[in-house]
Amino acid sequence: MQIAIISGKGGTGKSSISAAFATMEEKLVLVDCDVDAANLYLLFDPSHEEIEKFTGSEHAVINYTKCTNCAICIQFCRFDAIHLSKGMVSISEVACDGCRLCSRLCPVGAISNEPQNESRLYSGTFRNGKMVYGILAPGEENSGKLVNAVRDKALEVARAHQIETILIDGPPGIGCPVISTIVGVDMALIVTEPTLSGFQDLERIKAVLDHFQIPSLVLINKYDINKNISKEIESWCTHSGSLYIGKIPFDADFVKAMTEKKSIFEYKPEGTTSVELRRIYRKIKKNYNTQQ
Amino acid sequence: MIIKSDTGIITNTDTPNLIDSQKVSMRKNPVKIAIASGKGGTGKTFISTNLFAILSQQNIPVSLVDCDAEEPNDHFFFIGDLIEEKVVTVRIPSINSESCRFCGKCHEYCNYNAIFYLPMHHQISVLEELCHSCGACLVACGHHAITEKEMNIGHIRTFFIKEGNSFIEARVNIGVYSPVNVIKAAIKEADNQNIILLDSPPGTSCPFIHTVATADYVVLVAEPTPFGMSDFKKSIEVLKKLNKPYGVIINKSTLGNRNLYEYIEQEQIELLMKIPYESEIAVSYSEGKIISDLHPKWHKRFEILYEQIKEKTCK
Repeated sequence: MQIAIISGKGGTGKSSISAAFATMEEKLVLVDCDVDAANLYLLFDPSHEEIEKFTGSEHAVINYTKCTNCAICIQFCRFDAIHLSKGMVSISEVACDGCRLCSRLCPVGAISNEPQNESRLYSGTFRNGKMVYGILAPGEENSGKLVNAVRDKALEVARAHQIETILIDGPPGIGCPVISTIVGVDMALIVTEPTLSGFQDLERIKAVLDHFQIPSLVLINKYDINKNISKEIESWCTHSGSLYIGKIPFDADFVKAMTEKKSIFEYKPEGTTSVELRRIYRKIKKNYNTQQ
Repeated sequence: MIIKSDTGIITNTDTPNLIDSQKVSMRKNPVKIAIASGKGGTGKTFISTNLFAILSQQNIPVSLVDCDAEEPNDHFFFIGDLIEEKVVTVRIPSINSESCRFCGKCHEYCNYNAIFYLPMHHQISVLEELCHSCGACLVACGHHAITEKEMNIGHIRTFFIKEGNSFIEARVNIGVYSPVNVIKAAIKEADNQNIILLDSPPGTSCPFIHTVATADYVVLVAEPTPFGMSDFKKSIEVLKKLNKPYGVIINKSTLGNRNLYEYIEQEQIELLMKIPYESEIAVSYSEGKIISDLHPKWHKRFEILYEQIKEKTCK
């Protein structure tokens, strides 16, 4: 079973809920695909059995001993990354997309491409099984490609250790890292919150899931912030084709557990939120089993 | 277009045929302030919308750009008239199989694996979702077999809130991989204002970078939790690389632990504001209401916040 936990809107509680579910399992592969802001490893301190370098994209670099300032590269760059500054051709690292067109066109071979390879892919063991995650180096691009590499690694680890469950903590948004996170999963759990923003973002992420034909479940976190919107979300689920799976209240224990490097389920296993989350997790698994 | 700035200087911004340096000398550049964070849900939109409301009430010309094109939410907080809607397109190649000689040069030039090529079977096609619109294949093709078509990837909507105040929303279409072009276009749209507030997308990769790269000052919003701290440190690394000045707002300041406070003190990072976790804030936010409109206390605090930011950006 491969399940991705996503939300559209950030900060709805994806990672905290992923951590709770992960610690209910005897043995699973826990995957952190929020490579921009990977956090789960902070709770679980996994051992690092493998660390792989990841080369995301490239940046064009000018060799000024060869450059003749002919500016052909400027004419062809579609990313507005090359400018003349003080009479010299210069490339903006931020704007450069690494397409290599400038280096192919340069008549004197003055442009080379430097790979960005500070990002890393980690895999190892933690207290409830195996953990795979990626960390995108600050400022590096191509997070979707790193997410793909993380997911390939997770499948490899699951096969090697004959582990059934792969639980994926996803990034916010609906763009490339999210698409890479959800393609090929058995289902996606959308963690939402009862705010106008949360609701709209839920509708947008649901449309993305529909686009890729992925079944979706909905969990409302902090439902007590606005009970009316919570109700609206519940009824929206029934006519939009998402399975409403349950709700939990705002609970400061999530943060308290986090500061002790625990999931809420480890911190207070008999607390009402933990009990409810366990019931929800069972329901998710049951739903998966009946669909097989 | 004539803009009267808050200092009373009247600036003419209609200078289309001048080269860049002359333009700069003739008009005052707008100050761009990005409200950003690595972690999602820290309160970027909350801060951005309140700052915008405060500045509008002080009759300061200001634009708010919602740069979170994947999940734009700022529109819930304002009532305005839609005055303009623009479609953002990118150029996508298409290969004419009649003129194509199946030489594979376009495939070789494409650095994004967006051209699917099976030479033995004379098969070649463009994988549109992987294309970055760089134009390399077009240059590669010596047989004029590649042309380009426009693909719609999103919209920019401009709303009139009141004289001198507009709200611009970037919104990417469902299923589009990168929102960056939509974000860039939206920021450009706001180019003739006195102050431009950029409500940034979360994360530390492309969408975030392309937003903060255009800013003069960055307000980072962070939470004093282990996750919040980790993401905050990562955002700072990016801002240092980009050489951007920044300050921090600690939101939900009463949750979590002291680590973030100790860190910002030790690193001498400007602490602009602390916002406690209050259910009243959460409730008003959930309904699309502006807390500084509801409470004089918050009105005052956001005014002070703006004064602090102004000091940083007017140097």
